[in-house]
Amino acid sequence: MNEKPAVGTITSPCTSALGTSAATKTRRLRFRFELDPSRTSSPWWITIVSVVLALAACAVFIAANGMNPLMVYKKMFMGAFGSSFGITETLVKTIPLLLCGLGVAVAYRISVWNIGAEGQFAAGAIAATAVTIYFPNLPSYAAIPLMVVFSIAAGGVWGLLTAIPRTYFQVNELISSLMLNYVALLALDYVVFGPWKDPKGMNFPGTPMFTDAQMLPVFGNTRLHFGLLFGLAAVVLYALLTRYTRWGYELKLIGANPEAAKNAGIRIARHILLVMLISGGLAGLAGMSEVSGVAHRLMYGISPGYGYTAIIVAWLAKLNPFGIVLSSFLFGGLIVGGYSVQTIGLPSSMSLMLQGAILFFLIAGDTVTKFRLRRSA
Amino acid sequence: MDLFTQLLLAAISSGTPLLFAALGGILIERSGIIQLGAEGLMLMGAVTACLTYLHTNSLGLTLLAVFAVSAALGLVHGFLTVTLRTNQIVSGLAMTLFGTGFSAYLGKSVSGLPIPGAVPKVHLDFLKDVPVLGDVFGRLDLLTWVSFLLVIVLHLFIHRTSAGLHLRAIGDNPATADVMGIRVQLVRYACIMAGSVLIGLAGADLLLVFSPTWIEGMTAGRGWIAVALIIFARWNPIRALLCAYFFGVLDTMGFRIQLIGSEIPSYFLKMIPYVVTILVLMFLGWRNRNKPSGAPESLGVPYLREQRF
Repeated sequence: MNEKPAVGTITSPCTSALGTSAATKTRRLRFRFELDPSRTSSPWWITIVSVVLALAACAVFIAANGMNPLMVYKKMFMGAFGSSFGITETLVKTIPLLLCGLGVAVAYRISVWNIGAEGQFAAGAIAATAVTIYFPNLPSYAAIPLMVVFSIAAGGVWGLLTAIPRTYFQVNELISSLMLNYVALLALDYVVFGPWKDPKGMNFPGTPMFTDAQMLPVFGNTRLHFGLLFGLAAVVLYALLTRYTRWGYELKLIGANPEAAKNAGIRIARHILLVMLISGGLAGLAGMSEVSGVAHRLMYGISPGYGYTAIIVAWLAKLNPFGIVLSSFLFGGLIVGGYSVQTIGLPSSMSLMLQGAILFFLIAGDTVTKFRLRRSA
Repeated sequence: MDLFTQLLLAAISSGTPLLFAALGGILIERSGIIQLGAEGLMLMGAVTACLTYLHTNSLGLTLLAVFAVSAALGLVHGFLTVTLRTNQIVSGLAMTLFGTGFSAYLGKSVSGLPIPGAVPKVHLDFLKDVPVLGDVFGRLDLLTWVSFLLVIVLHLFIHRTSAGLHLRAIGDNPATADVMGIRVQLVRYACIMAGSVLIGLAGADLLLVFSPTWIEGMTAGRGWIAVALIIFARWNPIRALLCAYFFGVLDTMGFRIQLIGSEIPSYFLKMIPYVVTILVLMFLGWRNRNKPSGAPESLGVPYLREQRF
């Protein structure tokens, strides 16, 4: 036990904070943690471990509240993946998460923290509905493209409302994008409770049902709609643009080292504006595909927090486009599972609790795997 | 009561939760850690207060429970950001998501139950006949007086004590503070936990005093407005008081304009605080474009002892 500390132990240049406490006790410890300089990214399995640990941690809380966590989780899992109806429902929820997640991811590439996808989603949904209100008799080949264009434009403008204060007035985008969420959601409430309310809707806070021409077509007899194609097209486009274009390279450069990028002559302000335009536009498109493909009307509470879940979707996938497909499917399942626990008297926002816990374990896991265990003597 | 007195009362009653949260945030961010979990912490504080008060009917135990829960959540944020040095922004967002969901889960059974008169009023009878002061300060509740006291204590602590000097040193330059022999990690943990307790108290104040019923997501963005307030207040407790009351007035303006019988739909009136937040931040950004923002210089930068600068 009383081995002499190795000379290199204390002066090791990469002793970490965990290692520091170990270094002071080197005499007693045989192993210590230190930052592993060769690890630049965490291994893939850490994502799975994090999700499992998060579920385990929440199980403790659920059990402490007097419910059987296994029963709750089983209910959630069966609700989301246990039947063909569940799986199509999960896929239906995957679509907005995929689009919002991609939008959020493209902004994160240059460290622009867009947490306003929720508001951009609402703006897109309102704009798409505006088309149905003001041009009610368009045939479907005109209505759908017009709704798409309007929703992308509205979401993009909502994104720019965050990007402009950020680039020209040094306003923290976290706060402005979040404030704009509340503004957009209040605007949505205003139109569905006020001027656009369905007169025949028995006081239901929603617009009149869309006509067949204004609905996105569905696959067969399911609720799964053609918005899935928007999502998949966006994934491919995102993958190609970020990997093979100069623009994608510049984004990577800004993300890695903004100072160097600036010195290399890259106009960062312009990139922020463009990226937020795209980010908002994708979330806006998600809003359109939700009203036109699923709800078939604009209504109160159209989003169960897609914009916030999108943050984790993007983070879980480490901004990788195909990872985003997987993680949005997983979180789509979590949202559907959240609905299915309502039948046993639990709130659907329970899925937010799980999402938060997953995020906690994920960032912790990312760091922990950057350490290595090493014999100190 | 004249209009001025009414405005002042409105500012205090709806600004106090914002003030508590902003003070907690200032304490945390002064130590160099970004705290974006305020919304979740406030919700957790509110739901804890609601549950414990309904079960024990005792204000002391309620506050104790709020302190314990908030400190525990603060410990999680501290462990992630100080010990593991993870991304502080993501950790805060995770806290907000977790707090929103967990509070909804916990509060499901008590949703909509009224909690009347939990916090006693402090009657200052000698002020009764003084015109404005009597109406404003004569019958404030206990927690509001605590918030006044906290502003003074925090201001003196940060700007007038040597411990406060250490705190500012850590926020600006943790490496130098470390060399001076200040225990950076310990102080950061202490600040995060104490600040989280204040933010949790903000949620408790919101629930016990301002709107005494638990409703899922009842903070409605107040946690985020508090985060913005920290920036308006330039990380200064006294300015935080002024800014919180300014937003308190904006917050209640909606109701007041409606009472007058205005034609403007209430949805637009409710947008006022959010829009004003962005506009004020833009104005500050434009006015201070060539000046430091007052933020601690190492805010958001994880500190690694052996790292060279």
